[in-house]
Amino acid sequence: MSRETIELVVFRYNPETDCEPAYQRYQIPYHHDWLVLDALNYVKDHLDRSLSYRWSCHMAVCGSCGMMINGEPTLTCKAFVRDYADSIRIEPLANFPVERDLIVNQDDFMSKLASVKPYIIDTDDVPLSEGEELQTPAELAVFDQYTGCINCLLCYSACPQYSLSADFIGPAALTLAHRYNIDSRDDGFRQREERVGSDDGVWQCSFVGACSEVCPKGVDPAAAIQQGKITSAAHYFKKHLMPWSDS
Amino acid sequence: MSSHKPVFWALFAAGGTLSALLAPVLIFLIGFAVPLNLIDPEALGFARVSGALATISIALTMLVIIVLFLWHAAHRLRVTAHDLGWFPDSVAVVLFYGLAAAGSVASGWLLIGTT
Repeated sequence: MSRETIELVVFRYNPETDCEPAYQRYQIPYHHDWLVLDALNYVKDHLDRSLSYRWSCHMAVCGSCGMMINGEPTLTCKAFVRDYADSIRIEPLANFPVERDLIVNQDDFMSKLASVKPYIIDTDDVPLSEGEELQTPAELAVFDQYTGCINCLLCYSACPQYSLSADFIGPAALTLAHRYNIDSRDDGFRQREERVGSDDGVWQCSFVGACSEVCPKGVDPAAAIQQGKITSAAHYFKKHLMPWSDS
Repeated sequence: MSSHKPVFWALFAAGGTLSALLAPVLIFLIGFAVPLNLIDPEALGFARVSGALATISIALTMLVIIVLFLWHAAHRLRVTAHDLGWFPDSVAVVLFYGLAAAGSVASGWLLIGTT
């Protein structure tokens, strides 16, 4: 099959000048080894310098170039044009306010991410002079896959709960909270639990699993959240049935 | 503030696990084994089953199964109501949890109260 050109149908919106979004069509050359991101870069470099979108690493590490490709949340640097039909529709990530063209506003996610304290909280009083806090390979394996998250927000775009409940903390942030909760070096569970175990936390998830399907890094946010429910439920029952315990 | 959903989620999870294990067996027994005469139809006849339920341990086991099934269904319907936007969550809570509670009380009365 030889294709000379393909068409990109691109979502355009400039809130300063446009009343409403519109779709613009670009005919571009077809290259077998081009990613959708390469196609967008061709448009930007040769056809329309006003097209706005985020990208950086071009290798599925930075998490900047997530967009809807034919309606599915995808990293444009991980999707080859050869895998699509002759016309490819590109839109900004769903469930986020659009800043301009294919760029979405990530403020909501950023504040939610910070609120679950996604870093090691070490409250034991071992001085640094005692050296490293060692971890066995088994202890690493417990949380290893969840460290793969690159905050690309594809999971938020895919999540039907996030689209229904704006306050839902959402897949990536809850996964990172879980990643630290199950880290043997961490003592921060109770600090995070106030958010993670709230109605806006793991309990808002109804286990649709779309987050795990779209994750470009093979992280399984749905599993992290279900494991988080078990931990959170155990904490809840211990707190209410054994109030004298220090849980 | 910590959510009180763990209570209902625990019932939901227990009921889901139990129904996943038991429902296929029940469907096989009642839907296929008896109609196809793979087992003696009288094995699940009224007299034998009601006789078995006179034993308190069997009645209690049956009660646990029915109650957990009911709460599993109630929580699933609450979530579905939210997902499909049928009505506000507070209405779903009263309606579905209310039905499950009523069903649990009725099952308890029928299985234990009348024996």
